[in-house]
Amino acid sequence: MKGISITLRGLSKRFGNVWALRPLDLEIRAGEFMAFLGPSGCGKTTTLLLIAGIYRPTTGEIYFGDRRVDLLPPRERDVGMVFQSYALYPHLTVFENIAFPLRLKGMPHSLIQERVASVASLLGITEILSRRPGQISGGQQQRTAIARALVKEPRVLLLDEPLSNLDAQIRLQARSEIRRLHQELGITTILVTHDQAEALAMADRVAVFRDGRLHQVGTAQELYERPADTFVAAFVGHPPMNLLEGAVEDGFFRAGEVVIPVPESWPRGEGVLGVRPEDLKLGEGVPSSARVVEPMGREVLVTAELGAGKVVKILTNPQVRVMPGSAIQVSFPPEKLYLFGQDGRRIAP
Amino acid sequence: MPLRPRSWPFVAIAVVVLSLPIVGGYTWLLLSSLSREVHGLLPVGGFHLENWRFLWEGVEGRPSVWVALGNSFLFAALVAALEVFVSSMAAYAISRMRFPGRPLYLGLVLVLHAFPAVSLLIAIFYVLRVLGLFDTLTGVILVKASLDLPLGIWLLKGFFDGLSWEVEMAALVDGASRWGTFWRIGLPLIRPGLLALGTFALLSAWGEFILPYTLIVSSRRWTLALYLQSLIGDFTFVDYGLLAAVGLYYMVPVIALFLLGQRYLLNIYGGGVKG
Repeated sequence: MKGISITLRGLSKRFGNVWALRPLDLEIRAGEFMAFLGPSGCGKTTTLLLIAGIYRPTTGEIYFGDRRVDLLPPRERDVGMVFQSYALYPHLTVFENIAFPLRLKGMPHSLIQERVASVASLLGITEILSRRPGQISGGQQQRTAIARALVKEPRVLLLDEPLSNLDAQIRLQARSEIRRLHQELGITTILVTHDQAEALAMADRVAVFRDGRLHQVGTAQELYERPADTFVAAFVGHPPMNLLEGAVEDGFFRAGEVVIPVPESWPRGEGVLGVRPEDLKLGEGVPSSARVVEPMGREVLVTAELGAGKVVKILTNPQVRVMPGSAIQVSFPPEKLYLFGQDGRRIAP
Repeated sequence: MPLRPRSWPFVAIAVVVLSLPIVGGYTWLLLSSLSREVHGLLPVGGFHLENWRFLWEGVEGRPSVWVALGNSFLFAALVAALEVFVSSMAAYAISRMRFPGRPLYLGLVLVLHAFPAVSLLIAIFYVLRVLGLFDTLTGVILVKASLDLPLGIWLLKGFFDGLSWEVEMAALVDGASRWGTFWRIGLPLIRPGLLALGTFALLSAWGEFILPYTLIVSSRRWTLALYLQSLIGDFTFVDYGLLAAVGLYYMVPVIALFLLGQRYLLNIYGGGVKG
């Protein structure tokens, strides 16, 4: 089985007066692993259900390869989907759950046996085929749901928060397992998640949503190094990017009493200065006082007040001993600074 | 485990006392059907089976009681089947689909349920006359099922509302049509509701009197309720022994059904879909 490309053109969805999804253009390459990332209610699940065919788009078109599918019912789209609640059929056994899509296709019984057995062994659930969903663990339910989505060998696999109901330990294991399945099968996969670590670790590219709008699409590296706006800057990366409101003057950024040297090329005017905690250094720079010091093992997270309520977080190594309440100096490396306009969009670099 | 309130003994006594008249009534029924005469609750004149003669012979020009029994079974079974069939589809549509006029339809269904059937009797009589269904079992079955539909629709709507949307979405993505989702996923998952409604409809139709009494004339289409009524409705002497025996006979299937179906009946109020 081989993946297929997905093209969304001007796709939107409105429920009554509420835009669940503003018009959106997006191309997902054949065989790609794409993550839709954003806080809840941002439109990522709506987009997924539009692709699955559960919702009819308000405007726009969806293409699988060259074939337009947005007018087709779900059963003619050849997609597999795993739901957040797994949505297993409680009255059927695990075997019958996995066999359900094949039975609907009218496949002969012997072939169904064969296909279910092979996908069950792929996911390691051969032992529990005769049980019902209520009698197996959460991790097994999740595997059953994935098996059911894969058994008809779809060209598109949609995963709606498939890991959010698992314990932290199993979640990491399931993460790499889904990654492995994607590499083995090469199905075009879309993962919906609100967990940025999950999105960045699993997907080839990540689409960041908020309030029904697509903010940015890119690889983990691109999102981290060139965030399109303050939302992406603050949402991707942990701990989040420091953002200071103020104005650019000749070679300086002034936020209240705080003055930070910035590249000469930056345009003058009001804006937001962004800098990641890991790019800040302790040493020559802006005088400030350490408020909170949080040891995190390999690193120490220092919360520093630059004066007048302007606070930044600094990730530094534990060799630098900082006491809470002590006076420190924070240096802002000019080449690591970002400038965002008042509308939040990145202006520089 | 339910907690017993401190007033438990008083509640128990009250229940027993209040049930006494009913128990007394059934005792009278049983004794009368088996004795020549009963004074109060005391059988007089010894035990005999004469009152049960209706089982093997026609009584005073009436058709065999087995014909009436057959009619009653047919009536109750078809009413229940029709009700479950139509209610389940209507309830699914109301619970799951958006269509123009849905709120109005919901309201109307409820209002319809509030109408006492008796107030519609004359109108129903005329409608059946026009349709040529007067004095037929088909006619009464349609009327009884329609009158009970609002209850069934609202009951099953509650069960459908309790089903997970995601499970249905999964079925659609897995390749089921809307109908397939209803048939293969929706219906099996509300099985307790279907059984409850089926049992309820059977009992209600079995006990139905006023509709067949008004809409059926020919004695060969009598249900058991009409057969029983014919024993007291005449201007002749009432044979209480016979009446008691037929009454008991009429009750036996109900008791059997109740014993088999009470688990499902309780679901009407529980509304649960677990298990």
